[in-house]
Amino acid sequence: MNIGLLETGSGYWNALVWIIAVLVIGTGVLFLRNKGEDKYKKDTNQTKPFLSGNPEISKEDSHVGASHIYWGFTEALKNYYEPLVKMHTGSINDYSSWIILVMAIIFIIVGVS
Amino acid sequence: MSSILMHAPALIIALPLLAAFLTPILSRFNGKKISWFVSAVLGITLLLTLYMAGHILIDGPLIYVFGGSEAGLTLPSGYNFPIRIIFQIDAMGIFMALITAVVSFLAAIYSITYMEEHTGLDKYYTLLLLLATSMFGMEITGDIFNFFVFFEIASISSVALISFRSTISGEPAEAGLKYMVVSSISALMVLFAIGLFYGQYDALNIAAIASFMQYTQLDKIALILFVTVLAMKSGAVPMHMWTPDAYSEAPAAITMVLVAASQASLYALFRIIFTIYNITLNTVTVGWIIIILGVLSMFIGVTMAIIQKDIKRLMAYHAISQTGYMLLGVGVGMAVLADPQALESFGISAMEGGIFHIMNHAMYKGLLFLTAGALFYRTGTRDLSKMGGLANKMNYTTIFFIIGAAAIAGIPPFNGFASKLIIYESVFQFNPLLSIIAMLVSILTLASFVKVFHSAFLGPQLEEYKTVQEVPKSMVLAMGVLAVIIVFFGLFPDIIVKNLVHPAVMALINQSRYTSTILGGM
Repeated sequence: MNIGLLETGSGYWNALVWIIAVLVIGTGVLFLRNKGEDKYKKDTNQTKPFLSGNPEISKEDSHVGASHIYWGFTEALKNYYEPLVKMHTGSINDYSSWIILVMAIIFIIVGVS
Repeated sequence: MSSILMHAPALIIALPLLAAFLTPILSRFNGKKISWFVSAVLGITLLLTLYMAGHILIDGPLIYVFGGSEAGLTLPSGYNFPIRIIFQIDAMGIFMALITAVVSFLAAIYSITYMEEHTGLDKYYTLLLLLATSMFGMEITGDIFNFFVFFEIASISSVALISFRSTISGEPAEAGLKYMVVSSISALMVLFAIGLFYGQYDALNIAAIASFMQYTQLDKIALILFVTVLAMKSGAVPMHMWTPDAYSEAPAAITMVLVAASQASLYALFRIIFTIYNITLNTVTVGWIIIILGVLSMFIGVTMAIIQKDIKRLMAYHAISQTGYMLLGVGVGMAVLADPQALESFGISAMEGGIFHIMNHAMYKGLLFLTAGALFYRTGTRDLSKMGGLANKMNYTTIFFIIGAAAIAGIPPFNGFASKLIIYESVFQFNPLLSIIAMLVSILTLASFVKVFHSAFLGPQLEEYKTVQEVPKSMVLAMGVLAVIIVFFGLFPDIIVKNLVHPAVMALINQSRYTSTILGGM
């Protein structure tokens, strides 16, 4: 199939073949799923999550806001983030200083090469 | 050659420029319809650009000499280098002009309803037209001083648009001021570098300077100035800090155009190092400088994005990160430019990946900024912590966001995957570690957009957004067109790479073809 065939330099990529593969595999998965347990009953306790200990909170209160997402990731990388965030001062003097600093570094590298 | 085609290079500048001056006058008669007039002008400009692209990709570069007896007369008798301003549009130039044409047209369409409640729209549309004009100029001019003029117009119009009064929240004036300062520094540096060329070679034409290039100490200084300030204007780390300020405060449609304007600076960087200097410079050193700027931009951009709570600021950091991919791909091409075997083996592919990513990025980042604008339009906030459950009410926006997010994260079958795959595979042959970093950055990008999707669109409907509706049709249309382009480029990347990207890369690499178009066989 040459339509959509992209040569990447080391291999090939064809999105259309990929979509066909996803559809075939998806159909297989759906077929297997339909072969599974059929005792599922809608609108019964089976559909509710089991929460031990605390009462279930309302749907409106259960949404996890953006400030809480990836807390563990940022906490684990605290030593990386602290200096990085500090670097972003918001001061235009610092913005200009970075330009000069990078220019000086490139000047040295290109000058000696 | 038809008369329209012959004058098309001048017309794609003249049309939006003339319309920019007409807009304040026409708005006196009917202020409400001015958005339609601007959309129509940018639509015609898009058609003209497509028409020119068809010609250039089949018949070769197009040149236009201003003030000459003939549009194609580059060397009047008695001269061995051009003295007039010349527009020279090759495959790389038209590639960039197509991005500008699509993005500025869709920005005008989106703005029809996004901006309709605001005052001062004559100024808004005048500035938008001026920004489009300047971007076209930067991309098609063959004259380095003329480039500086358009570079300045782009900066001035961008500053005014970032600070546009109608933005409800945030600090647009401060963002505009910061952009003005960094733009002024960059303009001074560019002018100084141009002065160094002119002082040595008595020429301002890019092809002429390229043919005279000796790579003297002064040329080295000019190179350093160009690389630094154009990388800064592209948003490369660690000179990126203006980007989140400017991108987050500007109106959404303008942010999309600002991304394309940054890419025009990136184009200028590539044009200067490949067309003016080419193999006269130390390609390995300069290539590695660009690669390192690219890797820093990719990694620091994405890690800073993950911790943002302002949706546009988060996307702005992603724009920095994605610029890193372009720098990486083209940097690898530069590093092996003097090695014909490596260039053939993986250098050209790496550059194709980087250049293809420029167009893909303009489309999916444009779409993402427009979806952020749609959310702001309906909720009045950019704070992700205050959003939630919007997928229930904003179905089209949700679908467009998913398409844009999947594309930027490099998920098949969208366009971002195609260009990233080329970059991964070709860069791997140059240095496997760089390729691994690029893949890691894609994973972090996906994680970041999962956060946005969860925060803004998923979850139960919030009480304050119970009455929220889908955005008006003109906004949906602009986002829809970008989504269709993203899907098409993702499904048929071969068409774009063969017909647009590969010719653009070859136009960059092949310095002698660029110079001989103007100077003949000298």
